[in-house]
Amino acid sequence: MALKTKDLLGLRDISREEIEEILNTAEAMKQVVAGPTKKTSHLQGKSIVTLFYENSTRTRLSFELASKYMSAVAANIAASSSSVKKGETLIDTAKTIDMMGTDVIIMRHPMSGAPHIMAKHVKSAIINAGDGTNEHPTQALLDMLTIREKKGGFEGLKVAVVGDVVHSRVARSNVYGLTKMGAKVVLAGPPTLLPAPGCEMPGVEYCYQVEDAVRDADVVMALRIQLERQKKGLFPSVREYARYFGIDPKMMQLARPDALVMHPGPMNRGVEISSYVADSDQSFINEQVTNGVAVRMALLYMMTRREGR
Amino acid sequence: MSTLIKNAVIVNADGRETADLLIENGLIAKIGQGLSCEGEVIDAKGAFLLPGLVDLHCHLRDPGYEYKEDVVSGTRAAAAGGFTSVLCMANTHPVNDCAAVTSYIKNKADEAGYCKVYPIGAVSKALEGKEIAEMGDMKSAGAVAFSDDGSPVSNARLLELALLYSARFDTYVAVHPEELSLTEGGVMNRGMTATMLGLPGISRAAEEGPIARDLILAEENHARIHICHISTAGCVELIRQAKARGVKVTCETTPHYLYLDETACEGYDVNAKVAPPLRTVADQEALIKGLVDGTVDAIATDHAPHHIDDKNMEFTLAAKGISGFETAFSSCYTRLVKSGILPLEKLVEKMCLTPAQIAKIPGGIIKEGQPADFFLADDKEWTVEAKKFLSRGKNTPLDGKTLSGRVLKTFQAGRLVYERAL
Repeated sequence: MALKTKDLLGLRDISREEIEEILNTAEAMKQVVAGPTKKTSHLQGKSIVTLFYENSTRTRLSFELASKYMSAVAANIAASSSSVKKGETLIDTAKTIDMMGTDVIIMRHPMSGAPHIMAKHVKSAIINAGDGTNEHPTQALLDMLTIREKKGGFEGLKVAVVGDVVHSRVARSNVYGLTKMGAKVVLAGPPTLLPAPGCEMPGVEYCYQVEDAVRDADVVMALRIQLERQKKGLFPSVREYARYFGIDPKMMQLARPDALVMHPGPMNRGVEISSYVADSDQSFINEQVTNGVAVRMALLYMMTRREGR
Repeated sequence: MSTLIKNAVIVNADGRETADLLIENGLIAKIGQGLSCEGEVIDAKGAFLLPGLVDLHCHLRDPGYEYKEDVVSGTRAAAAGGFTSVLCMANTHPVNDCAAVTSYIKNKADEAGYCKVYPIGAVSKALEGKEIAEMGDMKSAGAVAFSDDGSPVSNARLLELALLYSARFDTYVAVHPEELSLTEGGVMNRGMTATMLGLPGISRAAEEGPIARDLILAEENHARIHICHISTAGCVELIRQAKARGVKVTCETTPHYLYLDETACEGYDVNAKVAPPLRTVADQEALIKGLVDGTVDAIATDHAPHHIDDKNMEFTLAAKGISGFETAFSSCYTRLVKSGILPLEKLVEKMCLTPAQIAKIPGGIIKEGQPADFFLADDKEWTVEAKKFLSRGKNTPLDGKTLSGRVLKTFQAGRLVYERAL
């Protein structure tokens, strides 16, 4: 089964069946990542470009390796070295890349909706690798793959997502994906980092007390705190943040004994998550990274196999 | 030179009649049954004859931003939308903060001849919010009101001075309510849709807070104040309470707040990005209630044309504003009249008569002896094609939408200034 849309812009607009198909394909791809010979011919003759307007290490490398493991022709463009610096518009950049015979453009951008605009102007498939504070669908898919592997499914699970929810594209994609699959998602953090009252997404719970979110949770996902938020006055100090909103062993005692600990990385150890928790047996943070490559391989494979490609 | 319009349904704010209307020397010479004339005769059977629309708030972008719009293209577009008088804002380059710029705009509009233009002068020199501009000179040159629209007058003392000073010239100050510390970074209404789209929101408080302050300033100084482009239920309530206290306040909302809500931003449609942002259905209902009970005095377009290069980009970066002249009447007709919420007479009051009264300019009424400023419209459906706009600004979220109520012909001072192409 292929995706219904040309692009993967977010999990908001794809179906439960499509998510399942991506995860199933990713499971198969994981054999390649874990195997001794990391080379298949799935993307032989396909051209993949990563276009990153924002710094990234793990996501870009993950996509790059996924492309190369499947024998694609892969190229990277960082905005700092692109025509953006010369004043070229996003749409013109998109058209230029498109006209070079690209099959898939993987795009990260600091502004929400940028991949949606680009997708309207190119024939290439667009994969959103994170747009502003909107979505980061491949991160959520790798989170979901990790959860499914460990828990066997999603129905009835309680997933606590803790931290800077309002600015988190990871949280948003996880909400769309996990709720679609039947999990209960509870979002917690300082009120200044949650949507204002009345602006909450439907179908999820919000709470200011992290304890309430973590209690009896099957999955505890800490979100990265961007330290510049403190400079903007959204929380008073890193120390206080860690005390009231950080995930530490005491907090984890409230969760189910077999709860998974997750984090999209990179972590601020001792702030949103303590090292005791991050390095505990319950933590699957490193597993998430491996699953990231598998999910991205699956997506590239599915998106280049569609009719006419 | 005379022209006779026969068999039109003539609609005024206080009623309607089917009659003939004779134009002589730019004026409405006679309204009656079975009139005849030796000049041109137009059979308007089946059409409404409405007073020319009067727009309290538009941006003609001239001087300085002619690539977005100029006085000629803007007034042509206005005529195509049924407008015969428009008030244009001062945020041009140079700013309309002196008599020379006021005269330039007025003369250029008079020369083009599509629509009467009444410039709004700046409240503060260069819109900097520091010193009040030369209101007297601008008034003498043709300005009818003062506003720093596009920017708020954040300095309360400056606004107080402007309110006091403008009274000497029998005019008013129109305020753009916006608390900049609350709108910074925001690109659409703060609400569930913004959360779902991951876009930073703009709260109602950012608009309602300044309105509360401005109403108190107007009240204390017994001054006339006009509140621009209100978009929330809270704004309506604040103004309702102020009117009940006797504050000399008038206000406007726009066709886009009445026709659209925040969900128009779905898909990151940059053409739905506007300031203040499109709000919710509940806000829309409160605005309509305000129109019905008289709290909301007028509907103004806030016509804000932009070049495609200013819109065709990331939602966050795109310019704010909607090109509104050519859809204003139809979107209001569709939303309010066709749906049975308001009679057409009430729409005439909100888009013609009251705006003319607020600005103290002629127009807004079909009456013998008045200037022959009116337009003909029918009830038929049409599909908005932004690329066919006469405005240089093709930026509208209504592109492709089907509306009712087509503007067929517009007459300004008795001259046919617009005729819908067949």
